Amino acid sequence: MAEVGVRRFARLSFVHFGVLPLLLVILVIGFGVAEPRFLSGQNVFNVSRQATYLTVVSMAQMLALLTGGFDLSVGVILAMTSVVSAKAMASVVAGSPNAVGLAITLGIMAGLGAGTSMGIANGLGVAVLNVSPFMMTLAMASIGFGLALFMTGGVPVYGMPTQFGATLGFGRLLGIPAPVYVTVVVIFGMYVLLNWTRMGRYFYAIGGNIKASALSGISTRSYLFMAYVLCGFLASLGGVMLTARLETGEANIGAAMPLRSIAACVIGGVSLRGGTGRVGSVVLAAVFIEWFENGMNLVRIQSYLQMVVLGVLLIFAVVMDEVRHRYVAKLREV
Amino acid sequence: MALIDARVGGASERGSGAPPLLRLRALSKWFPGVQALDHVDFDLLPGEVHVLFGENGAGKSTLINIIAGALKPDEGEVRLRGAPTHFRSVYDARQQGISAVFQEFSLVPDMTVEENLFLGAELTTGPFLNKPALHLRAEETLARLGFALSPRARVNRLSRAEQQMVEIAKALRSNLSILILDEPTAALTERETDRLFQLIRDCKGQGAGIIYITHRMNEIHRIGDRITVLRDGRRVATLQMTDASDEKLVELMTGRTIEAFFPTIDHHPGEELLAVEGLTAGTLVRDVSLTVCAGEIVGLAGLVGSGKSEVGRACFGVEPVSAGRIRFRGTPVPRPTPRRMLDAGLVYVPPDRRTEGLVVERNVRENIALPTLPLSQFSGRFLLRRRSERGICARLAKRLRITPPRIEQGVSFFSGGNQQKVVLAKGLTRNPVLFVMDEPTMGIDVGAKTEVYNFMKELVEREGAGILLISSDLPEILHLTHRTYVMYLGRVRAELKGAEITEQAVLSHFFEARTAVAGG
Repeated sequence: MAEVGVRRFARLSFVHFGVLPLLLVILVIGFGVAEPRFLSGQNVFNVSRQATYLTVVSMAQMLALLTGGFDLSVGVILAMTSVVSAKAMASVVAGSPNAVGLAITLGIMAGLGAGTSMGIANGLGVAVLNVSPFMMTLAMASIGFGLALFMTGGVPVYGMPTQFGATLGFGRLLGIPAPVYVTVVVIFGMYVLLNWTRMGRYFYAIGGNIKASALSGISTRSYLFMAYVLCGFLASLGGVMLTARLETGEANIGAAMPLRSIAACVIGGVSLRGGTGRVGSVVLAAVFIEWFENGMNLVRIQSYLQMVVLGVLLIFAVVMDEVRHRYVAKLREV
Repeated sequence: MALIDARVGGASERGSGAPPLLRLRALSKWFPGVQALDHVDFDLLPGEVHVLFGENGAGKSTLINIIAGALKPDEGEVRLRGAPTHFRSVYDARQQGISAVFQEFSLVPDMTVEENLFLGAELTTGPFLNKPALHLRAEETLARLGFALSPRARVNRLSRAEQQMVEIAKALRSNLSILILDEPTAALTERETDRLFQLIRDCKGQGAGIIYITHRMNEIHRIGDRITVLRDGRRVATLQMTDASDEKLVELMTGRTIEAFFPTIDHHPGEELLAVEGLTAGTLVRDVSLTVCAGEIVGLAGLVGSGKSEVGRACFGVEPVSAGRIRFRGTPVPRPTPRRMLDAGLVYVPPDRRTEGLVVERNVRENIALPTLPLSQFSGRFLLRRRSERGICARLAKRLRITPPRIEQGVSFFSGGNQQKVVLAKGLTRNPVLFVMDEPTMGIDVGAKTEVYNFMKELVEREGAGILLISSDLPEILHLTHRTYVMYLGRVRAELKGAEITEQAVLSHFFEARTAVAGG
């Protein structure tokens, strides 16, 4: 009888939370046994900082996915932000070496402006011109990458004030890394947006059924547009954070971000068909991916092979999602 | 005329005392939340037209889908020419001589007629398509059937009636012993219908069995040999056509007399709510004028493709208006949009709840609140008022008797009838004065239907609302509406009032002029 109860519990938790809890358990036990450093305080601290970037970008990606699309350009939004903010800071500091605060503020604004405007372009393409999200953001990825390389000539941008990296990249408050604070604010903001505002409700509705939403009097175009703009803004914010961490502006950061952020969302239970997904699960999934990669580094799995593993994991998550849908359908029949 | 290719065994089974072509025993099928078929027995003899009759949702589609191999039964036995059979797929069933013409066409819109005709059975030489041979065969088939269609025409350029002909030609392509027709005349003119009936008689003559689904009484008597009535997934009766009077069939179908099924709704027309003048909209609607007043139900009848649905959509602002005037409660609405019309008090209930009415991934509460979120009961300056939202939605769920009354449950967990109630509840959040209901009872069971009718009665009598009822369900038009407009090819053909609304009168305006409907 106990066994039946356990099985029932496992099945129900699978239906409610998806494959993620199982993966986390395997992760902690597997790497924890294989490599004691994996669960050490220092390592957890490192991972928590390292995971902030993927978490913020996954929040961005989640907005696009909820409305039934996706954003393949999140990587180059990161890159554009990085390059533009670094260039802006470097040139202000070069002109007036004492205006550090101004340089950092202007640099961040310029970076966020550049990244968000790519989101605006995506939004216009998808919502107004009816270009499919796949084509629009794929093309935007090419445009953005090209521009970023053109601006830098392919070499990293140096010359940012050191204070930028020291605070936003490596700074701590009460022993907690600075990027974690930014990320917590982003997560909280996303939770409120998606659960307590009209806009969030409409994102779910549009992703679930755009026709029904339009017939309910919702301006589907403006909300679709807003989803991509917010997506661009959040990805861009992730770009600023990553630039502070790297202390250079680089055109080729974020190349793996589209895949990793979509993986985080899908493993976190965001439906690729749009309309469903929870903030908490996506955060957990992003942390999971980062921690998993960290674990593979610790047991010295080559980075090339890590890409293979991540791909396999993504497919596994999608397959499990299908299985879950079938379970849900079965539960309905009872 | 060799209508169908000679097939071994088909002809030899003819004659009296022939074993049934198809015999279904105690067939059951469950879908999420409903039992679609409950131990249904069914026989089909060679050379007969067996009519399947029943309401939407009675189980007809499930039954024919099983026979056609598209669904598998959960229980029961299928015997084809005496031998137990399991169809693995539509292709498998087709190989064994069973062809179906469904209401939703199985045509690929971007392909030509000939490509569609032989889809899945392409003629090849080696690994390559034999296009000339295919073209010839297609021409032959169409000529044999007497269909004036060009084999090279693209299907998406054809009218609905022409597409229906392609679909029928596809079914009759070859090797036929059982033909399933699901409301095949819904889009056909009278002349095309005559042609189809001739084809059906030819098939009968060759020993094929035909399963025919229709709602039209006169067709049942014209073409049917036997009739099986289904209700709520059960077989109620199988009758010889000579024993089946209209009254008896309706009683068998609905389980009650007509008077008990449709409530009597008082007619006290008040303020004019909607006035449409010379409306031209979309690609279909031409110069339509109509009015709807408070306290009345106005019908809009016509065939599929007559533009009746588009008139409702144009008034709600989802079909582009190119000419004409729309006035709502005396105020001209130059450019209607869903938001504006909802704010003014007009609610549109779309015909297909799954594609246009509901966000099935979300729960009942979110669906009900969707059109109303901007109102102050639902949202404050920045945040939603979720407690107030919950209260309002729970009250509406109770008023419409959504069962079970769990508003946090996903919409997809509910039966068709309850889903339809959610769609109706969506409209009620704003106290609207006019409902445009497009096929409000499509695909829901008898019990839910009566509830919807009584709900309409309550709206009209107690709240003084007006309803524009757009419906392909003739009994609904006949028994619920106070006035009815009949549309044909995008124009209003006639306006009928009160006692003038008879089956004969409405049907006579459905088709081309002069060809009044015989029988009925």
